Amino acid sequence: MEPSTQKLIHTFGALADLGQEIAGRGDFSEMVRTSMHLLLGTLALRRGAVAECVDEGAIRCVSVWGVGDQIFTDFSISEAEKQEFLTRNVSDFLVSTSASATAFVSRYRERLLEEGIELVLPMIVRDEVTGVVLLGRKASGEEVSPDDFETIRAMVRHIGVGIHTHRLLEQVAQRAEENRRLYEELRTIYSATVRAFAAAIDTKDKYTHGHSERVGRYSEIIARELGWSEAEVEGIQIAGYLHDVGKLVVDRDIINAPYNINAKESSELNRHPAAGYEILAPINHPYADIPLMAKYHHERLDGRGYPDGLVDEQIPIGAKIVSLADSFDAMTTDRPYRRRRSFEDVVRDLRENSGKQFDPKVVAAFARALLKEVNGQIKERRITKMLGKDYLQGENVPTLLSDLITDLTGAGSEVRSYK
Amino acid sequence: MDNTNGSLVRSHCVGTTAVVYASDYLNKLTGEKIERECRRQLDGGCHALVIDFSDTKLVNSIGISILLGIIDVAEKSGARIAFSEVNTQTVQLFEMLGLTRHVVLAKDEREALLVLTGFETTPIVH
Repeated sequence: MEPSTQKLIHTFGALADLGQEIAGRGDFSEMVRTSMHLLLGTLALRRGAVAECVDEGAIRCVSVWGVGDQIFTDFSISEAEKQEFLTRNVSDFLVSTSASATAFVSRYRERLLEEGIELVLPMIVRDEVTGVVLLGRKASGEEVSPDDFETIRAMVRHIGVGIHTHRLLEQVAQRAEENRRLYEELRTIYSATVRAFAAAIDTKDKYTHGHSERVGRYSEIIARELGWSEAEVEGIQIAGYLHDVGKLVVDRDIINAPYNINAKESSELNRHPAAGYEILAPINHPYADIPLMAKYHHERLDGRGYPDGLVDEQIPIGAKIVSLADSFDAMTTDRPYRRRRSFEDVVRDLRENSGKQFDPKVVAAFARALLKEVNGQIKERRITKMLGKDYLQGENVPTLLSDLITDLTGAGSEVRSYK
Repeated sequence: MDNTNGSLVRSHCVGTTAVVYASDYLNKLTGEKIERECRRQLDGGCHALVIDFSDTKLVNSIGISILLGIIDVAEKSGARIAFSEVNTQTVQLFEMLGLTRHVVLAKDEREALLVLTGFETTPIVH
């Protein structure tokens, strides 16, 4: 094979490898080191170094081969020197050419020659000097030919673009991380604000302290048991916190009435789901359908609920979850005019009203989540904690829950003739 | 001394000469292993290095750069270096790039050892 042909093949091989290296998503330092090896090996240059320009004219060493890694210590490059690099011929980058050498080369000539550096090339990306490459003598002892210069310039340009691209990707990744953190903070703030708001809603009703908070938590637990995604679970929790927001527009005396309210008062109280929708709808929530969950949390599968008398499939699943959570909390907390109901009684109610008021799948999911706590399958006893330590006493609790689950998972289709 | 563990680069010593065997394709991965082994041998007191290319079909640019690094280290420590059993195509590449100015090219490992140390050795099975 002719030497010129062999040289061409060798150079093409190196350029192909360089392209692959630069396009890769590997470690930055390794990319530069490999790229430098490819450049040095193409022309058998005995040493080399790559540095990038950083802030205020400083130069940071990225990779060295055959020279000390302190070579760039105290090196700097001024804006004028960068501009000069853009306008000069490549022959002016030879360290040995004292007459026409660039100011940068002249300034560091002695040190460069001590390290065996023959050539200093700028890395230029979009007419901007982004770094410098130092190269030593050829192993053959020959001078760098014009063809060699072209090869070097092409490869240095590639390396410069590679470094620039990697840095840009780093910046993009950094900004994405910042955005992710900001988003997390916003979510935390949003959640805390909603919870504070829920607490404020509950203060209007002196008998239901912490009700909205508990409904949010029960809803979250049910959704998780149903296999919802993390974002959906967060959404339903928020809906639980805000389900009673419409009570803000209902007369406080009606909400706090210590007696059975009359039809007019009941009608006023029943406005709160629709009023809640009106309050929540204009807000751009980070989760879907929160206003609808508030609006329909008093709908029933048999169509006897309010405000719209929807039936089963017409009611959003989120509203069905909030509805169960809301009712369960109402049944299991004391009110001034009645004590809370026993767990056995609550289970009986859930069984009787599944398919009428509650969605059996939702009730079964809640029962499964509670059974896991009772059986010790999950360590965190969130439902038990909300109910209080004495509430779930008795050996029959797991049996009650197991029987309920068994009944519900086979009973869904029996109660479907509404309206 | 045989070394086949860890680096997976075969090597052994004949007196104070280390013989290091290059793999079939001398690229970044294999080149760096050979470089590490050569440095280890020089640090261990070897005064001469033979790099055997009998299994090597191809040497790319990174391989050239790494070989130059090994030559550099050997020269700095005053060690002589020989390449043995290099195929014709790679010899042409080494000559074109000027590596042959810095190393002895030997027909085989025995000749390399003879040139570097002046004494014959028994054939080595590898």
